[in-house]
Amino acid sequence: MSFDVPDDLRYLESHEWTQTGDSSVRVGISDFAQDELGDVVFVELPDEGDTIEKDAEFGVVESIKAVSDLYAPVSGEVVAVNEALFDEPELVNDDPYGDGWMLEVDPSDPDEFDDLLSADEYRDQIE
Amino acid sequence: MPMDYDQARYSREDLYEPLLSEKDETTVEVGDDDSPLPEELTRDEVTLPSLSEPELARHYTRLSQMNWSIDSGPYPLGSCTMKYNPKFTEDVAALPQGAVHPDRSDAASQGVLEAYHRLQDYLGRIGGMDAVTLQPPAGAAGELTGILVAKAYHEARGDDRSEVVIPASAHGTNFATAAMAGYEVVELPSGEDGRVDVEALEAAVSEETAALMLTNPNTVGLFERDIEHIADIVHDAGGLLYYDGANLNALLGRARPGDMGFDIMHYNVHKTFATPHGGGGPGAGPVGVVEELAEFLPDPHVRETDDGVYETYAPESSVGKVHGFAGNWLVLVKAWAYIARLGDAGLRDASAKAVLNANYLADRIDLDIPYGPFHHEFAATAGDRDAAEVAKGMLDYGVHPPTTKWPEMVSEAMLTEPTEIESRASLDDLAAAFNEAVADDDETLAEAPRRTTARRIDQVSAARSPRLSWQALADEGEDDGED
Repeated sequence: MSFDVPDDLRYLESHEWTQTGDSSVRVGISDFAQDELGDVVFVELPDEGDTIEKDAEFGVVESIKAVSDLYAPVSGEVVAVNEALFDEPELVNDDPYGDGWMLEVDPSDPDEFDDLLSADEYRDQIE
Repeated sequence: MPMDYDQARYSREDLYEPLLSEKDETTVEVGDDDSPLPEELTRDEVTLPSLSEPELARHYTRLSQMNWSIDSGPYPLGSCTMKYNPKFTEDVAALPQGAVHPDRSDAASQGVLEAYHRLQDYLGRIGGMDAVTLQPPAGAAGELTGILVAKAYHEARGDDRSEVVIPASAHGTNFATAAMAGYEVVELPSGEDGRVDVEALEAAVSEETAALMLTNPNTVGLFERDIEHIADIVHDAGGLLYYDGANLNALLGRARPGDMGFDIMHYNVHKTFATPHGGGGPGAGPVGVVEELAEFLPDPHVRETDDGVYETYAPESSVGKVHGFAGNWLVLVKAWAYIARLGDAGLRDASAKAVLNANYLADRIDLDIPYGPFHHEFAATAGDRDAAEVAKGMLDYGVHPPTTKWPEMVSEAMLTEPTEIESRASLDDLAAAFNEAVADDDETLAEAPRRTTARRIDQVSAARSPRLSWQALADEGEDDGED
C-alpha cells in the first residue's frame, strides 16, 4: 500500500507535516499517520495566539486504537486552528493534507524548515 | 463502512427487547393539592409503563440473557478482577437492620457504625494501613482522595510540591488523578524486565515530587522486587508512596502495601472484595493511610470511643467531603460481609488460587508471554495477529475475552486475569478459546462474533457522536438506517 506524500511539504519523523513559507503555514499529520491511527475520534489543539515550539507537543489525536501526542514541525505563533476537527475529527482521515489540517502557524525561525525531512526522505522512512 | 446495527441496537431483530416505555404507556393522575412544592415543580399526571410482574420479570431476564456477565461464564479481563459476587452478600445488604437513614444520629445508628468501624479495621489490617476512610464512591474517587490527602499533608508542612511520578504502564486513572489534583505528571519508562527502572526513578524524583503512584504487582502481573529501595528513594526526597489497589487480589493475606513502605492506598472493593462492578454505581473506593496522614482523611470518619461507643467525627485537618455522608454504605456492607465470611484463611486462599489459576491458564495457551514470573494476571501477545480481532473470535467460543492492546509495553497485548473463581475445567475451556481463536484465519475473525446477541459494535460512531441518555434511543429512530 502506498501513501500520499505531497512533494511541496516538509515532514517530521513523528509523521507531522508542514507547509513552508514566511507566514501562515499549515500543519497536520500525514496520510501514513492517519492510516496507522485508524478512525480518529478526537483532536485536541492549542488556542489561537498560543506559541508552539518545534519538536515539542502541541496537541493530542485520539483514535479508536490509540492516543498520540502531536509534535510541532516548526516554532511560532498559532494564527488559526481548524475548529472543524472538533465536530468532524474524521476529516483527518478523509483529507489529511486538505480539510484535515490542524494549525496555521507564523514561523518564528524559517531556518527550522531545513531540519525537516523532504518528501523523498519521509517516503523512505515509511516504506 | 457498512454496519447492520447501531449503538444499543441488536443485529437480530427477533432478539430486540423494547424499552419498558415502548411496551406500555399508561398515564396516571398524581395530582396532590396539599403538596408543599411550588407549582412549577409539580405535575398532575405522569406517563409510566404499567406492566404485570411476569412481563417485568421477562423483560429483565431477557436483557440479562443478551448480556454477558460473570454469572454466565469466564470473564478474564486483566486488571479488572472480575470475580464472582457471592449472593449471600446481597442478603446481608438487604437486611432491614442496615437500612438506616444517614441523617439519623450516631446514638441511633450504633450497629451500622460498628460495621463501618469493623470494615475500616479489616481494610487497615489487610493493607497494613493505620486509618481507612470508606467515603470515596469509586476506585478513581479513592485515588483522587488519596492524592488530595498527600497534597494536604505537604501543604500543611509548608512544602509545596508540583509533581507526581507515574510509571508509563500505570492505569490511565493515575494520570488523570494527578492532573485533577493539580500536579504535573512525570512519566517513568519501564525497565527492560517490565518493572520500575530504578535508575530512571532516581533521575525523576526530586524535591518537587509529591508522590509516586504504583501498583504492585504491576499491570503485567510482575512483583516489584525492589519496592523497599523504591520506597527509600521516594521517601528520601520527601515524597509519599501511593499504592493503586487494582492488583491487591494477588497479595491478599500474604503481603501488605504498608509493610512495603506505601503511605497511602486505595482499595477497589468491586475487584478485591467481590462487590458488583460498575453499572454507574453505587460503588466504593476506600482509602488507607499511615498514621501521619490520618488527620487529613475525609469528613466524617468513624471511631470507637473508650466507652465502646461508635461516633462520627471530622478528622483534624480533613480534606473535607468527597461524597455524601460516610460513603455508599450498601455496597460497603457487601465488602464487609465478604471479608467476614472468608476470614484470614479464605483471603489467603483467594490470592493463592488467583495466582495459581493465572499461571495454569498461561501454561495452557499457545501465545507468548513476554514478561514473568507473573502473579494474578499475565500479558500474552497475539504476535502478528490483531489482539482485538482474536478477542472477537474468542466470543464465539463462549467466553469473554481478556483486556486487549493494553498495557502498551506488550505488543498486541491480551491482559488476562481469570481470578480465583474458575475451576480447572473452565480454565481449560478458556485456554481452548484462546488457542482456537488465535489459530482462526483472518476471514473467520473478521466475521466474528457470530454467536452473540450484538455482533460488532460501531465504536467509531459511539466515540464520535456518543448518545448518553435513554432518550437518545428514541431520537435515533428518526434517522434509523441513515448512518
